[in-house]
Amino acid sequence: MTDTALHPSAFVTHDDHHHHADADHKPAFFARWFMSTNHKDIGTLYLIFAIVAGIIGGAISGLMRAELMHPGIQYLPHWASMLHGGEEQSFDQALHLWNVLVTAHGLIMVFFMVMPAMVGGFGNWFVPLMIGAPDMAFPRMNNISFWLLVPAFLLLLASPFFGGAGTGWTVYAPLSTYGEPGPSVDMAILSLHLAGASSILGAINFITTIFNMRAPGMTLHKMPLFAWSVLVTAFLLLLALPVLAAAITMLLTDRNFGTTFYDPAGGGDPVLYQHLFWFFGHPEVYIMILPGFGIISHIVATFSRKPVFGYLGMAYAMVAIGVVGFVVWAHHMFTTGMSVNVKMYFTAATMVIAVPTGIKIFSWIATMWGGSLRFPTPMVWAIGFIFMFTVGGVTGVVLANGGVDDYMQDTYYVVAHFHYVLSLGAVFSLFAGFYYWFPKMSGRMYSELLGQLHFWVFFVGVNLLFFPMHFLGLQGMPRRYPDYPDGFAHWNNVATIGYMIMAAGMAIFFVNLIWSLIAGKKAPDNPWGEGATTLEWTLSSPPPFHQFETLPKID
Amino acid sequence: MSAPARPRTLRTALLAVAGICFMTGLAFASVPLYRMFCQATGLNGTTGRGVAAPGGVHRKIEIAFDANTSPKLPWRFVPEQEQETVEIGARDMAFFTATNRGAQAVTGTATYNVTPAIAGKYFTKIQCFCFTQQTLKPGETQRMPVIFYVDPKILSDPDTRDVQTITLSYTFYPVDSAKTNS
Repeated sequence: MTDTALHPSAFVTHDDHHHHADADHKPAFFARWFMSTNHKDIGTLYLIFAIVAGIIGGAISGLMRAELMHPGIQYLPHWASMLHGGEEQSFDQALHLWNVLVTAHGLIMVFFMVMPAMVGGFGNWFVPLMIGAPDMAFPRMNNISFWLLVPAFLLLLASPFFGGAGTGWTVYAPLSTYGEPGPSVDMAILSLHLAGASSILGAINFITTIFNMRAPGMTLHKMPLFAWSVLVTAFLLLLALPVLAAAITMLLTDRNFGTTFYDPAGGGDPVLYQHLFWFFGHPEVYIMILPGFGIISHIVATFSRKPVFGYLGMAYAMVAIGVVGFVVWAHHMFTTGMSVNVKMYFTAATMVIAVPTGIKIFSWIATMWGGSLRFPTPMVWAIGFIFMFTVGGVTGVVLANGGVDDYMQDTYYVVAHFHYVLSLGAVFSLFAGFYYWFPKMSGRMYSELLGQLHFWVFFVGVNLLFFPMHFLGLQGMPRRYPDYPDGFAHWNNVATIGYMIMAAGMAIFFVNLIWSLIAGKKAPDNPWGEGATTLEWTLSSPPPFHQFETLPKID
Repeated sequence: MSAPARPRTLRTALLAVAGICFMTGLAFASVPLYRMFCQATGLNGTTGRGVAAPGGVHRKIEIAFDANTSPKLPWRFVPEQEQETVEIGARDMAFFTATNRGAQAVTGTATYNVTPAIAGKYFTKIQCFCFTQQTLKPGETQRMPVIFYVDPKILSDPDTRDVQTITLSYTFYPVDSAKTNS
């Protein structure tokens, strides 16, 4: 099925005792997919996992938008009783379900959709290909990384049946310590532990691979930007996730073993939890977007048929975002009673991040400037990303102001902001990357018509969904409530209609996906022409099961 | 590829693991570090401790007293006066009254801070019932003193120069509450 002309077909490695390794020899189904050590197969598993999680997380947001479509409580009591096998539930239980939905949506989208897709999916698939490596440095550990994620997700999905964790994705104490007894919050915390361990192992793997397994001649300063973005992301994971692990471990002991890390009764401080959480949480948002930056750089360069503008500036802008991302965390906590000086520092430091981010935005535009532009599906998603991310970035600069935050804290303006950078930024870059690399991964072309249609329907849908939230926030609608005064009815109604349009866009995506896998045209090695210069396009589509047995040379 | 990991690869991986251990350690170390940081800088309205007042500087400031009790503690805990005007730099004493309305002897301990939080570093306690645990027999009432002064440096700090009132707040918790009914 695969063109192996590029590689000698009978290739025996001296340390391979079991069989004559053919570049395309694949193990049987169970061994291939359940005991996989092949970076491309693991990448595929991650992508499938992320799509499944995305469907669940997206369906949960659909439930929330349905409830918010009109003022009043319409569906929650019904859903709460459904969750408990048809038994009538108290009104408080119904409201608690709302908190459970908000929590589940946040955790699923962050830990089980965006991170697995960006780092686990595209990172695994394309970092080794782009740097000319045969596989990841620790293939067995790579397998563990993926399979840790599955029980983590199951734990989280099971928790609603034990009462449900309604703490929000931030799991703030004291709500999470003595505010919610029962096993649900423990399950959610354990789920985060497992997902965190999975990502930490992945980070070790990426750092080791990128530092030691680049093809001869590929210096760090010649490395493709996507590999750079994953390298920076891996460092953020390595330094941020242990802090989350420690913070939620202390939550667990506070809950179950009578410690008082976050309980003032025993000399603790709940604000300490917020500091620890956001010391992880702020780098976390860059973990979710940096690989997207890398993807967009390649797509814009490919379809402008020009090398990316200011390559080194682009690489070090990501490094700068990563470094500064560690010293701005308290801008999530402006209303916890900080002194003016502390607020001033965190406001200024936060705004500094706009500088490297601006370098990236302008470099993408400069790459397009004077380029030989084409607009196939990946490119429209990439341009959509640049536009949406800039909108989200601008509202981010607004929210960076400590004083403004006194008014904006926990309103829908914040919800609009982080959905513009994540649900529209990160997700647009994921779709861009998915369409860009789909021919390489599957060996088949997607339908251009459906891809374009998906983009436009999705684009209209998400903007209709999230833009009105700016208005709601400015008018003072607080987040995380299932009900609101009638005055907010209009824009909430519009937002829910936006959700429906977005959902229709997603339906087009799945039709396209299934149709392309079954009946898509066979993809050439490089469907994008001379603009696509990275190493993965020198291989067949899909690439051989083992690639680069003779390492490529970069000059 | 099942090739044995090269030494360089292993070294990178071990450095990464060291980084993870360091960050984990740092996160746990942040518990005592955060407490020390609050005490050193007065963050979150943490008050200081001193031995003797520097002496009055003929400037007055209002001190308001606020008393709270954890729902788990069956005590009535109130300040004897809501507010008083004191001379900055001078030693002052205020009293709180606590009554155990429960049927058992209970030991409690009080947490404390001041607002505005920024004034924390200039509010110094010489003696306080909150430094030790307090035990009340059923029905017993006790007067609890706090001896403090406001550091005159509060007048030279541009952030606190305008502070008119400092609220001193206490919350009484039962000792071991977390261990018995968490």
